[in-house]
Amino acid sequence: MSVPAASTPVETQAPARRFRRGAAASSSPWRLAALLSCLCALFILSFAVGRYPVAPLTALSVLAAQILPLTPHWEGNVDIVVLGIRLPRILAALLVGAALSVSGAAYQGLFRNPLVSPGILGVSAGAGFGAALAILLGFGMMGIQLSAFLGGMLAVGTTWAIGASIARRGDPALPMLLAGVIVGTLFTAFISLVKFAADPDDTLPSITFWLMGSLASLHFGELAAAAALILPGAALLIALGWTLNVLCFGDEEARALGLATGRIRLLVIVCATLITAAAVAISGIIGLVGLVAPHLARMLAGPDHRALLPVSALIGGGFLLAVDDLARSLFAVEIPLGIVTAIIGAPFFLYLLRRGQKWD
Amino acid sequence: MGLTLLDIDRLCCGYGKRAILGDISFALGAGELLALIGPNGVGKTTLFKTILGLMPRLSGAIRLNGEEIARWPRRRFARQVGYVPQAHTPPFPFLVRDVAAMGRVARHGLFGKPGKADMDAAHAALDDLGIGALAAVRYTEISGGERQLVLIARALAQAPRLLIMDEPTSSLDYGNQLKTLAHVRRLAARQNLGILLTTHHPDHALLHATRTLTLDRHGRAALGAPAEVITEDYLSQTYGIASEIHVIRRRDGREARLCVPEAG
Repeated sequence: MSVPAASTPVETQAPARRFRRGAAASSSPWRLAALLSCLCALFILSFAVGRYPVAPLTALSVLAAQILPLTPHWEGNVDIVVLGIRLPRILAALLVGAALSVSGAAYQGLFRNPLVSPGILGVSAGAGFGAALAILLGFGMMGIQLSAFLGGMLAVGTTWAIGASIARRGDPALPMLLAGVIVGTLFTAFISLVKFAADPDDTLPSITFWLMGSLASLHFGELAAAAALILPGAALLIALGWTLNVLCFGDEEARALGLATGRIRLLVIVCATLITAAAVAISGIIGLVGLVAPHLARMLAGPDHRALLPVSALIGGGFLLAVDDLARSLFAVEIPLGIVTAIIGAPFFLYLLRRGQKWD
Repeated sequence: MGLTLLDIDRLCCGYGKRAILGDISFALGAGELLALIGPNGVGKTTLFKTILGLMPRLSGAIRLNGEEIARWPRRRFARQVGYVPQAHTPPFPFLVRDVAAMGRVARHGLFGKPGKADMDAAHAALDDLGIGALAAVRYTEISGGERQLVLIARALAQAPRLLIMDEPTSSLDYGNQLKTLAHVRRLAARQNLGILLTTHHPDHALLHATRTLTLDRHGRAALGAPAEVITEDYLSQTYGIASEIHVIRRRDGREARLCVPEAG
């Protein structure tokens, strides 16, 4: 800016008022460091959770032995428990929690609405329908996951088509949300239809359990397939962080500032849908995380999406891992993850949201 | 009037097939401040949105530096034209300096972020408007008038040739209205910016505009020096309020025109 300072600067406010409000904390490295340490500790402790006793340090040695030349001082079973059963499950919890939270945070920015969750465009309902149909038709695990993924994509594709056709003038975000709610309701009805047609002694319980969410009996292959979609999709959304900031000011302002918002919106929705559909396909439907983790991340890292999206991923992944640990250790029978997430998550998140207001 | 920046030629705008404004023509030069006045609902915002390419035009031409802009990508347009909308609150508490830096988004790519030069431009624009002290405050916690100033700073950070402002004074108090207008006029002169703004106050146009475009109730336009087009007839026919326009002599000897509405 080459203009010298104005000779009569515009008066704004009394200094006292400015002091009271102070400068907002733009970054808080120590909070981030604390979050990362908690996550690491949780990761290691999670190996100790379960029926078969494994000390955290032993688990760490088993992991280290994969890359370092360590002589095993543990039983052969420990290898199987740590690497074959608990490691994929722990990674799945981190991956699914991170995926749901990143897409939730991206959607809250894109739609300029803090009440939006990753399933808002119908991806969860669509995936649920895909899975239910596959179970009804007697598909195997792979078939169910693939069908769930495609169902999620189909639902969001339908939402996009409807939303784009009813968006005439004004803000295109609202028609898209409306279309998402309608399509979500429609696919939920399809789920009910499949359940209605299902054998109540055999397929119906399977469908019900799938819909309640679980990370049990996942294998590395499935995990790798989901990660192959989730990691690049999340990376792309994180790279769009600053652009998401600008989109928070509305479609017209963003366009006037030089963004081709139509294409950007499509890109964000495609990325968020891919990663949510991939997550739901391996985990079933898990609510709340994708809605609330972005809020906690906003308290920690501020509203700037460049920091918000990665911090949301850490918080969401860590939360889901902690809840999954509880789901498989609280009772003799494992409680479905979707239920535990809601029952533990609701009061926990409410508590943190109240605390967070005091931090500000 | 300097070099012609913006050339509007027989522009027709409206929604769908329904024309709201027909046949508007005017040119805006560098260093000029053109005020647009007219009653509510006559299509001022529609005209702005059409010029900004936010809604399709029905017919006519819009040229920037002599070049038709219809096929310009948004980024190219945003490097030439800054837009100051009416201030509203976004749902998330961004910092003032980040809001100002958003004016630079056309200068780095989709996956880019503001670098040091961009942040410097944002700070300079804030300082220039006298709100540099608010840089690290949350945009959602400042007053409506301050938000309006931040949006002007954001548009200045775009380093545009032309600034389009939608009622930039509507949320400001009396002092800030006049200071902002004076500042905008200085910008036009110093940076050789062309400025197109709407205002509801005839006095603002009479005091600050180099030229004025008036719209009457039927969307008919008149263009000229403020004193030529803002007449007692125009005000009474357009707003249904009898007003007198008086030429007064200031203490420094210069003349000024003021609009004095009929009392009671």
